[in-house]
Amino acid sequence: MSKERPYLEVKDLTIRFETDDGIVQAVSGSSFTLEKGQTLGIVGESGSGKSVTSLGVLGLHRTRSNAKVTGEIWLDDEELITATDEKVRLLRGGKMAMIFQDPLSAMHPYFTVGSQIVEAYRVHHPGVNKKVARERAIDMLARVGIPQPERRFHDYAHQFSGGMRQRAMIAMALVNDPQLLIADEPTTALDVTVQAQILDLIRDLQEEFGSAVIMITHDLGVVAELADEVLVMYGGKIIEKGPALDVFQQPQHPYTWGLLGSMPRLDRDVRDRLTPVKGTPPSLINLPDGCAFHPRCPYAGRNGNRSFTDVPLLRDAGLGGPHLVACHLPPEERTKIFQQEVLPNL
Amino acid sequence: MSENLLEVSGLEKHFPITKGLFRRQVGAVRAVDGIDLQVRSGETLGLVGESGCGKSTTGRLFTRILEPTAGKIVFDGKDISHKSFSQMRPLRRDVQMIFQDPYSSLNPRHTVGSIIAAPLQIQSIPTPQGLKKAVQELLELVGLNPEHYNRYPHEFSGGQRQRIGIARALALRPKMIVADEPVSALDVSIQAQVVNLLDDLQREFDLTYVFIAHDLSVVRHISDRVAVMYLGKVVEIAERDELYKNPRHPYTVALMSAVPVPDPARRDRAQRERVLLTGDVPSPINPPSGCRFRTRCWKAQDICATEEPPLVTRLEDPESHQTACHFPIVEDEQVVGRRPASTPA
Repeated sequence: MSKERPYLEVKDLTIRFETDDGIVQAVSGSSFTLEKGQTLGIVGESGSGKSVTSLGVLGLHRTRSNAKVTGEIWLDDEELITATDEKVRLLRGGKMAMIFQDPLSAMHPYFTVGSQIVEAYRVHHPGVNKKVARERAIDMLARVGIPQPERRFHDYAHQFSGGMRQRAMIAMALVNDPQLLIADEPTTALDVTVQAQILDLIRDLQEEFGSAVIMITHDLGVVAELADEVLVMYGGKIIEKGPALDVFQQPQHPYTWGLLGSMPRLDRDVRDRLTPVKGTPPSLINLPDGCAFHPRCPYAGRNGNRSFTDVPLLRDAGLGGPHLVACHLPPEERTKIFQQEVLPNL
Repeated sequence: MSENLLEVSGLEKHFPITKGLFRRQVGAVRAVDGIDLQVRSGETLGLVGESGCGKSTTGRLFTRILEPTAGKIVFDGKDISHKSFSQMRPLRRDVQMIFQDPYSSLNPRHTVGSIIAAPLQIQSIPTPQGLKKAVQELLELVGLNPEHYNRYPHEFSGGQRQRIGIARALALRPKMIVADEPVSALDVSIQAQVVNLLDDLQREFDLTYVFIAHDLSVVRHISDRVAVMYLGKVVEIAERDELYKNPRHPYTVALMSAVPVPDPARRDRAQRERVLLTGDVPSPINPPSGCRFRTRCWKAQDICATEEPPLVTRLEDPESHQTACHFPIVEDEQVVGRRPASTPA
């Protein structure tokens, strides 16, 4: 196999759902790549299309007849959108796996945690007998830091605490050594101390297995902890993309400024007021014309009326790096606004 | 500012665990297990802790939604610990509550207008310009369109619903509002809007807040004083800046170090300095003897298992800074990178 393509390449991914209320433009024209050993952080608020993007990569929309998916998804030189269901089913849980936000609803309440991990393993290793699979499951439970794995193997999901349940789900996702791990808000339901444990665990496991990780979250702190590259999504589109350090130190999109301005931070002095984005996120059925962010953007009128009519393309932010932004403001003006008006309030 | 609006002493709430046909009591969940706390008039007191530490139960005791098992609650000079439902009614004007979940805390069958008007009607508050006008003023106050008076909760987004909850709490012009995780169910940008709104309202109406949350950065932003809770006890309390600058209790230190910082440049440092706590919070049915944090504490010694540390001011700290620990963190102590030895089996 030639290794010209990145390990994961998503090209122009568009996902639409036809509903009674109209067409939901969940994801429009997302493109990104990810190499093994790297972590991609996808940030956005509810309804920004971040979770749907990951479900699209896993092919989980396939069972839904109202979903229309176009574009290309290349995983290890295989195209997934045109692949057969059988093919994707074999990849899912094998080469690519997912950690969900809520482990209680992601696990079956009637089967023991151990038996679910064994099942996941045997589906992808048909020749393996039960005893070997059981040992593998116990080994995985121990690996993610669950005390007394032999005993916990026989417990049901409800008998685990929140943090332990999340660990068990990570064990289930990792049992087949996936090369691509997608974590959708894996720590949102957890306390900070447990969150720190889980993030630590994901980091260690990634180092050990060298897998590619997509971390989806609304928490910029979590992204800053793990991600090498960051995508910011708004209204189903990627509006900013770049190396984590660049995106956090020189954010380019007014929405990213708003997200950073919304967060009180422990590493800075207390601000008198937070500086959030005004208004609410748009409906994906009826996106505003032009830049989807323009109704909430304080700078929308500054550069003619283009924001109201033209959709800004994701292009070079003008910083001389791989940093991309979808905004009509000219680079010099953006930098000026950020330095003079935004940064002092962060 | 220094006058106390609310004082609790020895506050306890134990929920009985019953068994069998005759509901024989076999144990108790000691949700709140001996708290002494004062809320000063006009301040915001932040209550932080992990899930199950009793912070919500404490909030519900403050508003007397729950009756304490033991201890005393004095609000505005009156002992309200065991007042009956009807005796409490006139006092409800002064203490209101904002709930975490903006979906389940609003009746889906009532219009926004009737939800916000309910407290005014129940308390028979005269509204000189009519009930509708009063409600519309409240809607405007919290940044909602007064025209939406006749809409139902499902027609609003999460952030807007939380504003409806705030309008309802404000209707009676209370002295104190207990806000139980009021922003944790909201998106980041909406969260900040609601925090700013609460800030504005406090200034305008001279409100006293008890702000319950698990998010340490939000609590730091909004509070004047902060109390850290663990397993039904207050383990540390201090003025905001003092607490965040000089945390004394190992649990406070661990909690703060676990908060992810949105700055990738500090990633390595943050990870090095992080105190990773192992395991989970023990069960409040059978809390550890002595200091409750000892099972997860890296500084624990024999005395921690036998003697419960009292909540006291340490010599070098300001009087308002109290810590319940036998071996509090001292200045310049190298907690850095201290990870507890191993996962307990």
